Amino acid sequence: MTGASMMNENPGALIPELLLLGGAVVGLLLGAWLPRCRQWLVRLLAAAAALAGLAATAAAATRPGEVAFGTSYAIDTLTHATRAIVLVAVLVALALSVDATAGHRRETEFVVLLQLGALGTILLGGANDLLLLFAAFLLASVPFYALAGWDKSTLGTEAAMKYYLSGAFLGVAMLTGTAVLYGVGRSTAYGPLREGLTVAPVAAAAVGLVAVLAGLLFKVGGVPGHFWVPDVTDGTPAPVAAIVTTIPKIGGLGAMYRLLLVAIPADTIDWPLLVAGLAAVSMTLGNLAAFFQTSVQRLLAYSTISQVGYLLIAVAVAGRAGLAQPALLFYLAGYAITNLGAFAVVAALPSARTLEDYRGMARHRPALATALVVCLLGLIGTPPTAVFVGKLTVFTAAVEGGFAWLAVVAVVNTVASVFYYLRWIAPAFRSAAEQAPPAVLESGGAAAAVSAYACAAAAVLLGVGAGAVLPLLSPA
Amino acid sequence: MLSLIVFLPAAAAAVLLLVSGTAPRRVFIGAWIAVSAIDLALVVAVWLRLVPGGGFQFEQRADWMPTVGISYHVGVDGLSLPLVALTAVLFGACAVFALRETRRVKPYVTLFLGLQTVSLGLFVALDLILFFLFFDLSIVFMYFLIAGWGHGERARAAALKFFLYTFLGSLALLLGFILLYLAARPHTFDIVDLIAADPLAGGGVYAALTLFAVGVGLAVKTPTVPFHTWLPPAHTEAPATGSAILAGVLLKMGTYGFVRIAMPILPDTWRQFALVAVVVGVVSVLYGALVALAQTNLKRMIAYTSVNHMGYVILGVGAAGILAGTDEQARQLATTGAVTQMVAHGLITGALFLLTGVLYDRGHTYDMAAYSGLAARTPVFAAVFAVAAFASLGLPGFAGFIAEFQIFTGSLSAAPVATALAVTGILITAGLFLLAVQRLFLGPLRIPDAPGSPRPFADLHRSEIAAIVPLLAVATVIGVLPRFLLDVIEPASRALVELVAR
Repeated sequence: MTGASMMNENPGALIPELLLLGGAVVGLLLGAWLPRCRQWLVRLLAAAAALAGLAATAAAATRPGEVAFGTSYAIDTLTHATRAIVLVAVLVALALSVDATAGHRRETEFVVLLQLGALGTILLGGANDLLLLFAAFLLASVPFYALAGWDKSTLGTEAAMKYYLSGAFLGVAMLTGTAVLYGVGRSTAYGPLREGLTVAPVAAAAVGLVAVLAGLLFKVGGVPGHFWVPDVTDGTPAPVAAIVTTIPKIGGLGAMYRLLLVAIPADTIDWPLLVAGLAAVSMTLGNLAAFFQTSVQRLLAYSTISQVGYLLIAVAVAGRAGLAQPALLFYLAGYAITNLGAFAVVAALPSARTLEDYRGMARHRPALATALVVCLLGLIGTPPTAVFVGKLTVFTAAVEGGFAWLAVVAVVNTVASVFYYLRWIAPAFRSAAEQAPPAVLESGGAAAAVSAYACAAAAVLLGVGAGAVLPLLSPA
Repeated sequence: MLSLIVFLPAAAAAVLLLVSGTAPRRVFIGAWIAVSAIDLALVVAVWLRLVPGGGFQFEQRADWMPTVGISYHVGVDGLSLPLVALTAVLFGACAVFALRETRRVKPYVTLFLGLQTVSLGLFVALDLILFFLFFDLSIVFMYFLIAGWGHGERARAAALKFFLYTFLGSLALLLGFILLYLAARPHTFDIVDLIAADPLAGGGVYAALTLFAVGVGLAVKTPTVPFHTWLPPAHTEAPATGSAILAGVLLKMGTYGFVRIAMPILPDTWRQFALVAVVVGVVSVLYGALVALAQTNLKRMIAYTSVNHMGYVILGVGAAGILAGTDEQARQLATTGAVTQMVAHGLITGALFLLTGVLYDRGHTYDMAAYSGLAARTPVFAAVFAVAAFASLGLPGFAGFIAEFQIFTGSLSAAPVATALAVTGILITAGLFLLAVQRLFLGPLRIPDAPGSPRPFADLHRSEIAAIVPLLAVATVIGVLPRFLLDVIEPASRALVELVAR
């Protein structure tokens, strides 16, 4: 750290992060004193912190990009977008979890863990130094392990255990990789690391990079770090599943993008090909595994693995296609809102666990069925939803970046994914004669349903309004 | 004006969604008929004010996603307006036909109104992404119509197959569009700009791959052999109105894509591979006709004749790309014929599918062997069906003849062998329609029995006549007095032929 950079330790640059942290700490203290029926105050506080964080992000985004705290934390378009998407996702998660968690004994814990995990995710997106990256990795992981076991059910505990063990294993790998990269690159800060790696032994640097990527792939739930995803998603309540399959991806993919683009010279280590391969494998495995699932949450789990594959395409062409960054960020925003919407539908019908349980849904809950269709078609990438614009820009970036074959693989996978999303949509529209007993389709509460409507509407509006959003996401 | 035409049905659908589902079904159907009538009147107004040969008219353009070169750009010319009019007419006919629909009328009407917006929008879209948006949404709406109002469990399987197949096609199309976008400097998805820029003028592997992606995407939708396998089950299992729209409008999206996108934007490559289109067209003509001949299921038979009829269109647009040994007039004739054939097929096959819907409504089966001698019991139905069948086999005096005659005349010098082979397709379809008419309407009376007693087998109802007869009347008017249509198409196809030859 040089003398000049000591000047930039300005906490004012981190207002959104500090608001999340403050909200979590105050919320935890508050929750300890509040009676169970008043714990909603903690949720309200968290929502206020997130809203204030959004306002601060918007204000910060008007200023030119900077690097804070030495060179360890970058505040640029990527960070602003990560902040904004994570904070919106936090707001949606707070809303869709009301029915399942309000008045619960551990409501405060739920809110606080969500906030801390979100904070870690944002730090992942802004990290410009390997050490901060690992610290952010831990902060984004530990609260979510606890969240996975939040409801103390048998399946939830097992899920938390599995989540923790894979996280610990791949986290150690990531730490080892950090050490190796530091060893051969002689720096942990991204800028100097790049210079160091150009003269470093390629094999060692590649091993270090792969190990660091392993940790990040665990975070985003991409192959080969995906083993926890199905069990955690299926074993936890829908709100928790929604959070762990959505929020870590936002910062994790931003972190991969920044790490590879800034710190790793592509002419020494061919990381674009590596990431392209991971993308292809992730989307294909996720899709194939989703094909014959009968549990809706497990189906969504595999769907999120395949979505990571599409998102990784944008990472693979980082620096080689002008659209790579806007494509990644827009896809992330679209994915987050659409995926949360799909989980909100699941949360609104807590007794319906399998695809067959959704029979006759269109008749009993026409609005919710519409929201489900919009979200699932949105995940396929049907225009004019947000994920369509995401896919369009990602495919364009892929072709532009020289990975046309990857775009073809993605197209084939998209068609394949139609099959299992329709396996869910079709029973929902079965005619009246064969509808399920209404008990299975009993409402879990209004908040989740309203969240689902809002997400579905937002997914369409974001797609239609993409013209206004995309220019904001390009590198300054 | 065009935006109003396109989005009026969607706006009506949004309003109808607010109406309670328990409202009388006449409210929904009535609203649909009214909207279709207004739309049709607006289309007629556009038609009357269109200057033939004036390029794109009634244009509207607004930035949508300027950073990726996407705009909301609509406009019509002589190639698209006939299809817009066809869409308006056919949806109007389906709205009237739907007066006898009783199952879940509210979602049925709203889905159709959505489909109407999407179909009209596709034919006026002048931006590739806008085109793709409507192309993709047409699949979604049609999926729900087939799955929801088709014939039971098999309908859902057919709908899934339809969705997967045509979605694969649409994504191949998207890849092709992305390749076009990246080839153009500055990058753009705008069709008019791309035509002017001719970004892949040099040809080469990139251009060939682009045409391949676009061509496969459109060929799946058209459909041509070997991408046609989704069509027979989708048609057979769909409700009558769904089949009519699927055959009449959705198939045209594929062939329209060739004349609007593939030919003018990739002229060199189109010329290079025009022979492929000719071969695919002829194979579709013959294969569709022969397989149709072998069908015992009436609806499946008509579905295969669609493959046959779309084959003529592909033959025509292929011949328009062969410069050697042809003059401009012949190529123009082939192109005009192809567009006319789209209109003719839409009207006639739409009517035929509605008629098979009537047959199914009365007899609950499409099996031709179950019927005989219906002419005695249902003379009006028999007469209308016979007229539609004769129109479909290309008898002079109907629109199909005008279209096919132009295609053959225009293609003869470019591809004499292929054209000669394609003409035999007419003979086969003539045979199979005559056979069908004979099986259904002549001979001793036989009607499939309901358990216990013979079904009451009523003749055409007034609403059914009001839906079907106008379609055939328009087809006849085009057949007898084609100038009003050809005057619009010919200048546009001349412009297209010049673009392809540049």
